[in-house]
Amino acid sequence: MHLMDNCCDQCTHSAATPCPDYLLCRTTGPLCHESDACKEHIAAAITRVTYGDGDLRITVGMSTCGLAAGAQAVYDAVHALIQERGLPAKLVPVGCMGCCYAEVLLEIQRQGYPAAIYDHVDAQRVPPIVDAYLCGDVSGAFALRSKTGQLTGEAEVPLLSELEFFQGQVRDAIENCGVIDPTSIEEYLIHGGYQALTHVFQDLTPDAVIAEVAAAKLRGRGGAGFPTGLKWQLCRQAPADHKYVICNADEGDPGAFMNRLTAEGDPHKVLEGLIIAAYAIGASKGYIFVRAEKPLMAQRFQAAVAAARRYGLLGDAILASAFHLDVDVVLSAGAFVCGEETGMMAAIEGKRAMPRPRPPFPATQGLWHRPTTINNVETLAHVPRILAHGAAAFTRVGTPRSAGTKVYCLTGKIARTGAVEVPLGTTLRRVLFELGGGILAGKAFKAVQTGGPSGGCLPSQFLDLPLDYETLQAAGSIMGSGGIVVLDETTCIVDLARYFLTFTTAESCGKCTPCRDGLEQMLALLTRITEGQGRAGDLEQLQRLSETICDASLCALGRTAPNPVLTTLTHFRAEYEAHIHEKRCPAHVCAALVQGYHVVAARCIACGRCLPACPVAAIALRERPALPGDTGVRTAVIDAETCIKCGHCARICPVAAIEREW
Amino acid sequence: MVNEAATSISIVDDAFARVKDQTPLDSALIPLLQAVQNALGYLPAPALQRIARLLHLSESQVLGVATFYHQFQLRPTGQHVITLCQGTACHVANANEIHQFLVQHLQIPPDDDTSPDGVFTIQRVRCLGACSLAPILKIDDDIYGHVTLPKLPRILAHYTQHDRTKRAPTPSANTEAHPHAPHG
Repeated sequence: MHLMDNCCDQCTHSAATPCPDYLLCRTTGPLCHESDACKEHIAAAITRVTYGDGDLRITVGMSTCGLAAGAQAVYDAVHALIQERGLPAKLVPVGCMGCCYAEVLLEIQRQGYPAAIYDHVDAQRVPPIVDAYLCGDVSGAFALRSKTGQLTGEAEVPLLSELEFFQGQVRDAIENCGVIDPTSIEEYLIHGGYQALTHVFQDLTPDAVIAEVAAAKLRGRGGAGFPTGLKWQLCRQAPADHKYVICNADEGDPGAFMNRLTAEGDPHKVLEGLIIAAYAIGASKGYIFVRAEKPLMAQRFQAAVAAARRYGLLGDAILASAFHLDVDVVLSAGAFVCGEETGMMAAIEGKRAMPRPRPPFPATQGLWHRPTTINNVETLAHVPRILAHGAAAFTRVGTPRSAGTKVYCLTGKIARTGAVEVPLGTTLRRVLFELGGGILAGKAFKAVQTGGPSGGCLPSQFLDLPLDYETLQAAGSIMGSGGIVVLDETTCIVDLARYFLTFTTAESCGKCTPCRDGLEQMLALLTRITEGQGRAGDLEQLQRLSETICDASLCALGRTAPNPVLTTLTHFRAEYEAHIHEKRCPAHVCAALVQGYHVVAARCIACGRCLPACPVAAIALRERPALPGDTGVRTAVIDAETCIKCGHCARICPVAAIEREW
Repeated sequence: MVNEAATSISIVDDAFARVKDQTPLDSALIPLLQAVQNALGYLPAPALQRIARLLHLSESQVLGVATFYHQFQLRPTGQHVITLCQGTACHVANANEIHQFLVQHLQIPPDDDTSPDGVFTIQRVRCLGACSLAPILKIDDDIYGHVTLPKLPRILAHYTQHDRTKRAPTPSANTEAHPHAPHG
């Protein structure tokens, strides 16, 4: 018997003939009918969900990040080993638990014993890891989920919660990521999934749902921080024959991947939140709008929607209520501006994703002119807990104005890259230096970039900033979706500002002039500065353009596009000035400001690869005086007169013997 | 070319059969374009004309949408598509150098994105969302993290030398990745 199947003839639940107690029957009980035999069947089915027919569970982190680190080869190796040895194991591809820096992650657990997690696993390490664990030895593991004293080496391996990366994390939205099989509705269910939905349908009116979410002070996690309860309230009050609910999974901020991680690791949680949102506002149709560049996320959502439909959690008379809802997964064709809500609705309607002025707001006139609520993936992922455990449980952490937790993605020049979920109000310093382990390779901290192309760069004086919506805005940046890109001394701020303007210029939808033409002018100025052609007055011109674009653009993307320039002009003006007045790039990044290239003779192995790489034949091999411990006495030499400073030779050199001169 | 036009029209017709009940009908435009793009790697003109006719849209409306979104290509791509991430984390991890290297290594002509032998097309995308393993690139559906210039020729060779059935072996991400990352 599968967990989702009816246990006996007394169970009549199906998608066509729903039973209000279906989900409780499958999990915690009480059953809709008294039967000890059925209780045993169900308990056995629950165990089988975790361990299959054996007593061993092996999981491999196979989110996009895991796959990029080589998880498929590890999965294949585990699969082969299970076949070869006939191991009684259930092999499960799971999502990412957030510690991307340690990928590929493999977790192994025998029923009744602590689970051991291994980091940086490759295919060769699989057999010894599995063998050692099966012999009761966990030494060398990355972390344990619990300690019982049953296994050798437990003392020397930390608990997962003891790792610095996890200390201070409070997990809600991503609690199941890396733990459960995202393709299995059964695994979500036995981890408490869809309990909130049952409670909502059995006990709460839509208004009571909205009141609970409002009391939890949940705010939109997509960036603007609009109160979710109020958003639902406005949409509920709008009269209409049809209403729509949209899950914004068009995660477009570069440096942010919490939505991908959430949806790839635990799509049902988001879907449960979406169904509850639809119930609250009275929507009969839902859309999950997924970014084209994140295909695995779309697959996971499609599978989750299909499973929910199969078991009657979507469709007509959900769990025997009067409520019906269908959900479609819509694949974005790729445009940053789809993240703007009116742009996204245009895309779903089949048009170019051009924003329109608001008001009217989507809550009253949205998709096909009908009231529409749009919530971000992470916002919806918080909803089940609020309804299952109450608003008070949610507001236990966070700040008075911003309750609950927020997922941040740590990337760039930081030791531990990945995603962390911490209470709102946690300081940047705590996140970066305690959880994130500080700056990579002992370099000096320079700034963090938050909020993607609409955000800003904050230097070290903001490290003790408690992160929430208001504090970030007051500092000149924004929360955005929560991407934190760490910059060290080797990052050029002017180049980074130019990078963001390249982004926003290319992504401008072209509808309004300030954004379409203004950003192009800003980009031209920044490009000139990074190419050593900057002039006095450029910075003032940048400032003026920025202010005009902020004031006059139609949508939030245009209005915030100058932020990367404005914050860096405030905090890193000297770096701009060095480019303009001294024609110097202090971070040694802007290639046009390179003075030239030279060969470090002691390192050169005279392989000759740089000779044909040079487009102007400026390199020759010459005799040189012997050096101590020498293997050859020839070296490449670059003729500075002929050299066009293209840098091909430095890129191609196998021993990094060609250096730039700044 | 005649064949390709016929193929593209039958792809449109097949896809249209699946969405023809969608209301309003013009919301099927992007799914139809995606069906053709996924099948052929680009949008041939006959397919666009067919879509316009089926959805009662003008050809300019269809072309307007096709040129607005990054996913759609109006020219055929090479046999393998290299998708190069240019997100912020990849940018600060020198993704530009990877692009320059690929352009040079594959002899991509200026103002083009496909190698002269038609094997590789380079596409730059905003962010693949695997920022923690930057710099990232994808070749077809295989994703590679912590890409460095010395690893690239070996990865590329895998797609030219073999009748490939699986991705190139992971360039030992485990030993080379983040040598300085302390364990949590």
